[in-house]
Amino acid sequence: MSRVRADEEEYWHSSKFRAFTFDDEDDELSQLKESKRAVNSLRDIVDDDDDDLERVSWSGEPVGSISWSIKETASGSSSSLDGRDSSLQKGSSSYAAALPKQASSYSLSSLFKGRNKLSSFQSLSDALTDTGVKNYAPELRRPKAEYKDYSGDWSPKDTVRRMQRGKVCSLERFRSLQDKLVLLDEAVAGHDGNVITAVLIFLKRTLRREILFRELEVRQVALCHLIHFLRETGEQKFLLDLLRFLDRTEEVALSQYREHLNIQDVEKRREFLKGCIGLPFSAEDTSHIQDHYTLLERQIIIEANDRHLEMAGQSELFRKYPRKASILNMPLVTTLFYSCFYHYTEAEGMFSSPTNLKKTFKIPDKQYVLTALAARAKLRAWGDVDALLTTKNWLGYTKKKAPIGFHRVVEILQRNNAPVQVLQEYVRLVEDVETRLNLATKYKCHDVVIETYRDLKDRIQLTAYKGKVERGSAEEEKINSILSNTQIRWKN
Amino acid sequence: MALAGRRDAPEPPDFGILKRLARDQLVYLLEQLPGKKDLFIEADLMSPLDRIANVSILKQHDVDKLYKVETRPAPGASDQFCFLVRPRVRTMRFIADIVNADKMSGRSRKYKIIFSPQKFYACEMVLEEEGVFGDVTCDEWSFYLLPLDEDIISMELPEFFRDYFLEGDHRWINPVARALQLLNSLYGPFGKTHGIGRCAKMSYELWRDLEEESDGEGQGRKPEIGHVFLMDRDTDYVTALCSQVVYEGLVDDTFRIKCGSVDFGPDVTSSDKSIKVLLNSQDKVFSQIRNEHFSNVFGFLSQKSRNLQAQYDRRRGMDIKQMKDFVSQELKGLKQEHRLLSLHIGACESIMKKKTKQDFQETIKAEHSLLEGFDIRESTSFIEEHIDRQVSPVESLRLMCLLSITENGLIPKDYRSLKTQYLQSYGPEHLLTFHNLKRIGLLTEQAAGETLTAVESKVSKLVTDRAAGKITDAFSSLARKSNFRAISKKLGLIPRLEGEYDLKMPRDMAYVFGGAYVPLSCKIIEQVLERRGWQGLEEVVRLLNGNEFSVSGSGAGGGRAGGIQAFSLLMGARMAHSALPSADSAVEDNPAWDCQRVILAVFLGGCTFSEIAALRFLGKERGCKFIFLTTAITNSARMMEAMIEAKA
Repeated sequence: MSRVRADEEEYWHSSKFRAFTFDDEDDELSQLKESKRAVNSLRDIVDDDDDDLERVSWSGEPVGSISWSIKETASGSSSSLDGRDSSLQKGSSSYAAALPKQASSYSLSSLFKGRNKLSSFQSLSDALTDTGVKNYAPELRRPKAEYKDYSGDWSPKDTVRRMQRGKVCSLERFRSLQDKLVLLDEAVAGHDGNVITAVLIFLKRTLRREILFRELEVRQVALCHLIHFLRETGEQKFLLDLLRFLDRTEEVALSQYREHLNIQDVEKRREFLKGCIGLPFSAEDTSHIQDHYTLLERQIIIEANDRHLEMAGQSELFRKYPRKASILNMPLVTTLFYSCFYHYTEAEGMFSSPTNLKKTFKIPDKQYVLTALAARAKLRAWGDVDALLTTKNWLGYTKKKAPIGFHRVVEILQRNNAPVQVLQEYVRLVEDVETRLNLATKYKCHDVVIETYRDLKDRIQLTAYKGKVERGSAEEEKINSILSNTQIRWKN
Repeated sequence: MALAGRRDAPEPPDFGILKRLARDQLVYLLEQLPGKKDLFIEADLMSPLDRIANVSILKQHDVDKLYKVETRPAPGASDQFCFLVRPRVRTMRFIADIVNADKMSGRSRKYKIIFSPQKFYACEMVLEEEGVFGDVTCDEWSFYLLPLDEDIISMELPEFFRDYFLEGDHRWINPVARALQLLNSLYGPFGKTHGIGRCAKMSYELWRDLEEESDGEGQGRKPEIGHVFLMDRDTDYVTALCSQVVYEGLVDDTFRIKCGSVDFGPDVTSSDKSIKVLLNSQDKVFSQIRNEHFSNVFGFLSQKSRNLQAQYDRRRGMDIKQMKDFVSQELKGLKQEHRLLSLHIGACESIMKKKTKQDFQETIKAEHSLLEGFDIRESTSFIEEHIDRQVSPVESLRLMCLLSITENGLIPKDYRSLKTQYLQSYGPEHLLTFHNLKRIGLLTEQAAGETLTAVESKVSKLVTDRAAGKITDAFSSLARKSNFRAISKKLGLIPRLEGEYDLKMPRDMAYVFGGAYVPLSCKIIEQVLERRGWQGLEEVVRLLNGNEFSVSGSGAGGGRAGGIQAFSLLMGARMAHSALPSADSAVEDNPAWDCQRVILAVFLGGCTFSEIAALRFLGKERGCKFIFLTTAITNSARMMEAMIEAKA
């Protein structure tokens, strides 16, 4: 392991692209700060009357922009929904009256009345070629002649072509299976997904499912379109039938599992997930689904208990650190953190105890230590931190061990404002000398810095470091005594 | 970039006209519903709309109140509703609900739906099913192209990526073809078209079909764009997954540039308000740093602020007249520069702070090893630790995908363990995300005979049972290998150079990734333009799964698209002056050939700012100009987010 590290370091040091260092604060950031100071010092000269300037040059979104006004309307129109709902209930009679006389609810031909983009493009380029921009008004109204078109006997290819251009076209005449399939194949060959879907809507309406499915099985592009269409329109039952027909059992399972996202109520969600366990997932995924169910089940129990505890106001922990959010539907690791925070000392038999979670979900050691460490550090329970990282070997000797690397330990502790005494104990254990020195310097663990330089026999650095410790402090004394130690063979 | 090109790159054509066209058409459509009306706007369309129109234009055409789609109208709303929407089923249901509620309460109104960029039949079907077809009138606003900058045009269709590459839906190919047709009619006829990818090919073919019908209008006009290069995003996922380190890319990764502008929060502005800033070539400070490696930006900004200081200092010792001139002529410019500087300095500071906290240094290191393909174990445990520490879910996903693509899939043991830990850290519902990533080919498991899933075994059964010709995208994407390592070697994507890479004086496009990697997408474009086709790239093309094409004379309005490859009129006389001209031809100095040096790079499924910077650099080096047409600006986070399932 350390050999790999060393190799890697060597690579990064020798390599031609010295990666640009983002934590090189001394260099870059101070340069930046300096520029900032310079610019800021100019502010008083500049700041007097720049309002108009701001409007001109800055406003991606000045007052009066569209996004801005929408925010304004949104805040003013909150009460509109209720009125609508009540009217929904009372008015079934007026509904019928208001309906316009639609010829046939199923006539696709009426669907496919369209646009006439082609002519608008022509007029557009005409307008452009002579004098740049004229008044450009696209012809969106269809020329009358087009209404006559649906009787025309268009070939499948022409039909597709016309549909691609948004022209009116009736599909009703494609009645034999043969004709329908030719039409579908033409649509696919035309590369326009919109038309492919339109033809599929027609086929779906005019063919028995099994026949449609059978034909789609060998037409994968069309099949993708139908599946996407069914997903978008939410025709879940039809979709599942299709997937089952195709023997895509795993997708059947996933599509069903997906529905849980739309269930808000936790009890219902839990029930639903229970039902998902039996679905035909791969073996691996089945265990994930099982875990999902178990996790939510546990969370519901923990939540009920803890809410009660918190309300009763008798637990000091909950009083001191009130819960910010409910634990329901959180990931496992978050739940573990929560349990390490509020239920660290509980016996394994309790559902809310960290050890119970670790066992039930087979949480790897590394993950467990990382999470527990973060939770205990947050509570500043340094004793727990120590215990977590201490192992005993069979002879009874204790040893510090961190499955995650001590530089990470230091980082976590530091983020939780651990005192220097605590911090330095772990900085000392960082294996890589350079990282250790960096961390020690950054977090002012003087002892570690001094000892490391001594071990490196680096007199120059050690002497230089004297300037960074307080005058007359114990650290300064320590440096002096080391520097005057004649036993040490300095390398410089 | 201080590099002097051999000759100046030509100026880009004026794309302002696209905005005017879109605006005029919108106004025309609004006029189709005369009188006072309320306008409901789809959230995704608001920023694009802001770039071409403003409230006063809408007001001039009798728009009374503005709502966001999904907001219910207020009680006192007007008698006419106009909906400006993307063609989506969800939105149709929303509209139908409003119409039906009105009917129930006996309220009569006029409704108009304006679809942008086009209407879908499925939407009309929903309107019919909901019983409101006929109550609403439908129109289309052919707003395909939004110029974000002098060289970037966006279709603002981020959903293209998921719809095409994940769902296999071809619905956006027609809009792409129409966008090409529009550009061709305004700035063409284009000379030669190159492309790679299935979608690129289909878009090209559909565009040719459209051109054929439009009987060669615009012939004889002087073209402003010479060549077109179409590329599918899945040709190169690697580049899009890398952390960006050129300034514009970093700003996008950190703050999210939306439609060419960014919201700088209080941490950047060092005040209590956010400022929305337009980031484009008009910004005199930004335009000088956008393409730079981040490490050069500090130096530039501090130099700039010193100069500014000096300029202000000149006031001392001025007499009244000089002072008057100073105030009337220079002060405004200086003030503006000052604002720009302080904002970008603020942005840099904020980026530094955020990135330092996120172990950016280590992440980049891990990325570079993945790109180079050494120390895979080390990188794998780095990713694992990322997941265990619950560092952002999108970041972890990104790194896993990068590992998978560069390694042609994860070994099954790693796949299982990373997946399990991911689900534990970020939530079990991400099972769906993993399924999506597998389908799209971004995160796969190296196949071992016995690990075939149900789907895959079904697929392989089909492969033997059915005619090979029917085998599909869906299947081939499952089987698809990224072959990144081999491609990288063939194209020399990892520069092997002695000494340190000088990021201040970049020697190649690798500078956009700190000198560690030449973006594959840009390298392909460079190679094809240099060779004026795919000759000599056969092996690379094979590794990229084929679907390449080169066709001449697309602007002429003739020539059926069939048999594209055979069509390659490479040596044709009119192609003698191709995109990247050879050294010393006198003819090439003729301004008439300028257009031959303007290349439209079309990215289907999104393009990153790093790629844009790389090609801008290449353009400068070779004296040509790239224009970017993309379905949307993308980055790794957007791509990952597109794979996550949300509730309906």
